[in-house]
Amino acid sequence: MTNRRKRKALGLLFEALCVLAASIAIVVLALILYYVFRRGIGVVGFVFLTSLPAPVGVAGGGIGNALIGSLLMVGLGALIAVPVCIAAAVFLDQNPASKLSAFVRFATRVLSGVPSMVIGLFVFGQLVLRTGNYSALAGGIALSIVMAPVITLSAEEMLRLVPSSQREASMALGASKQQTVFRLVLPGAAGGLIVGVMLAVALAAGQTAPVLLTALTSRFWLESLQQPTASLPVLIYHYATSPFADWQAHAWGAALVLVTAILVLNVTAQLSLGLSNRRR
Amino acid sequence: MQAVRRALHSGTREGVFHYVTLLAALGLVALAVSIFLVVTLQSAPAWRAFGLSFLTTSIWDPMANQFGAVPALLGTVITAVLALAVATPLSIGTAVFLSEIVPQNWRRPLSFVVELLAAVPSVVYGLWGLFVLAPWLRTGLGQLLADSLGFLPIFAGPSLGIGVLTASLVLAIMVLPTITAISGEVMRGVPTELREAMFALGATRWEVVTKVILPSSKSGIAGALLLGLGRAIGEAIAVTMVIGNANLIPASLLAPAQTMASLIVNEFPEAFDLHLSALLLLATLLFIITLIINLIAAWFFYRPSQDVAATAKGSVWAKLLRKGS
Repeated sequence: MTNRRKRKALGLLFEALCVLAASIAIVVLALILYYVFRRGIGVVGFVFLTSLPAPVGVAGGGIGNALIGSLLMVGLGALIAVPVCIAAAVFLDQNPASKLSAFVRFATRVLSGVPSMVIGLFVFGQLVLRTGNYSALAGGIALSIVMAPVITLSAEEMLRLVPSSQREASMALGASKQQTVFRLVLPGAAGGLIVGVMLAVALAAGQTAPVLLTALTSRFWLESLQQPTASLPVLIYHYATSPFADWQAHAWGAALVLVTAILVLNVTAQLSLGLSNRRR
Repeated sequence: MQAVRRALHSGTREGVFHYVTLLAALGLVALAVSIFLVVTLQSAPAWRAFGLSFLTTSIWDPMANQFGAVPALLGTVITAVLALAVATPLSIGTAVFLSEIVPQNWRRPLSFVVELLAAVPSVVYGLWGLFVLAPWLRTGLGQLLADSLGFLPIFAGPSLGIGVLTASLVLAIMVLPTITAISGEVMRGVPTELREAMFALGATRWEVVTKVILPSSKSGIAGALLLGLGRAIGEAIAVTMVIGNANLIPASLLAPAQTMASLIVNEFPEAFDLHLSALLLLATLLFIITLIINLIAAWFFYRPSQDVAATAKGSVWAKLLRKGS
C-alpha cells in the first residue's frame, strides 16, 4: 500500500515539474512579446512608419526607408527563389524515388542547416567584394538562398498531396506529363505552395546577419538596387547597440513592426493550412 | 538513360519541361556545393599561414596579422553547451506537458503558440536580452552569483549584465521552441493504444512517460536536441548583442567573451586579405561543425529502428524545415 502511495506521489511530483517547466517556458516567451509590445507601441505611428531616420538628438524620424528596403529585398529574394525552388520541387515530385532526387533532397537539407551567417559571408565574398559595394541586389540574393530550402521542401510535400489517382486519370485522358503538372498538380497544390512561400518570406524578413553582410544599411531612401540599403532587422541591431536612448526606443518600435508582420504571416499560413487539411 | 529515352519518346516539349525542372534541382545542389567550396577556398590563405595553430593559439590581432581562434571556439562551445543544458529540461518538460498532460482542447492552441515563437527573429531575442534580461542579470542573478560564489573562478569578476551567462540564457530561450516543437511531435507519434494499455495496468503518468513515451521517442528527442545545438552554435546576431564581444578566453561566466559567429559579425566590415581569410576559416569551421551536427540529427530521425514513433519522424523533419530552424 505504501508502495502505491509512493508511486502516486512520484507521479504527482513529476506532473508538477512538467507543469513548472511549461510555465517557465511560456512565461519567458510571453515576456518577450510583452516587452516588444509595451516598449514598441508608444513609438509606432504614421510618422515613424513613413519618415527617414532622424539624426541623434533630433526628435521624430522613423523607419520608412528600412521598411521599404526590407520589403524590396525580401520580395527580390522570393522572386529569385520561388520559380527555381518550385521547379526543383516538381522534379522531386515527378522522380520521387530516383537516386538523383535523394541527392537533391540531401543537398537541400544541408543548405537548410547552413548558418545564415555563412550564407551572408558567401554572398559578401562573391558579390560585395567583387562589385565593390554593398547592395540591395546582394541582400536579395542572400535572402533567396535562405528561403530556397524552406520553399523547396515544403513545396515537394505539398505537391505529393495531390493524389496519384488524379494524375493517372489525367494521363489516361491523354495529357502529357507537362500538361498534368501545369493543369492538375500545381493548381491542386497552389494553396499549400503559397503557405510554404509565406513561411519562407517570414523567415527571410527576420534575417539579420545575411542582410547585414550584403546590404549593410543606409540613412536615405532607396534609389537603386546597387546601393547599400536599410532593412528592419539591421536597423534594430544598429539602434539597439547604439548608446542613444531615442535610437534604442526606435529599435523597440521597429521590432514591434517586424514581429507583427512575421507573426501575422505565420498565423495566416498555419490557419489556412489547418483549414485546407480539414476540408480534405 | 531511361530519362533520355523517355524524353525522346514523348516529344521535345516534354523533354524541355523535364530538363528545366532537372536544371532547377541541380541548381540547388550546385548552390550547396559552391557555398562550401567558395568559403573553404577563400579561407585557404589563412589555413596555409597558420595551419593547426589557428585552432590552438589564442591571440587574435588583425593589426599584427596574427590569428588564433581559441577564445572564439571556446566561447562558442561554452555558450552552446550551457544553452542546451538550460533548454533541455525545460523543453522536454514542456513537450511532455503539451503532449501528455494538458487537456485535449488546450493542446493545439498552446503548441501553436510555442511553435509561433520559433518564428520570432533572432535580433528581437537579442534586443530583449540586451535591454530586459541583461539589466535583470546584472542586479539579480549575476550579482547574487558574484557575491556568494565569487570565490569560484567561473563566477569571478564584476556582474556586468552582458557576457557568457546572458548569451547562454538568450540562446536557451531561442532554441526552446524548436526543441519543444519537435520532441512534442515525436512523443505524439507514440500510438495511443500503448498509453491506454499502460494506464489500464494501473501505471501512473510518470511511469507511462518514463517507461513508454521517452524510450520510444528517444532518438527523435536526441535529434531535436542536436538541431537545437546546431542552431545555438550558428546563431550570430542575438549572441553578438549580449556577449560583450571581448576576444578573450572566457574565464568566468560573468565575463564578456566572443563566439565564432559574433567575431565574424564584428569584424567583417574592416577585414581584408589575411584577416578576411581568417574570418572565412571561422565560417568554414562553423559550416563543417553544423553540418556534422545536422547529419547526426538526420541520422537519428531517419535510421531504421524499431521505434514506434519512427513513422512520425519524416513529417517532423519536413515540418521543422518549413520553420527553417
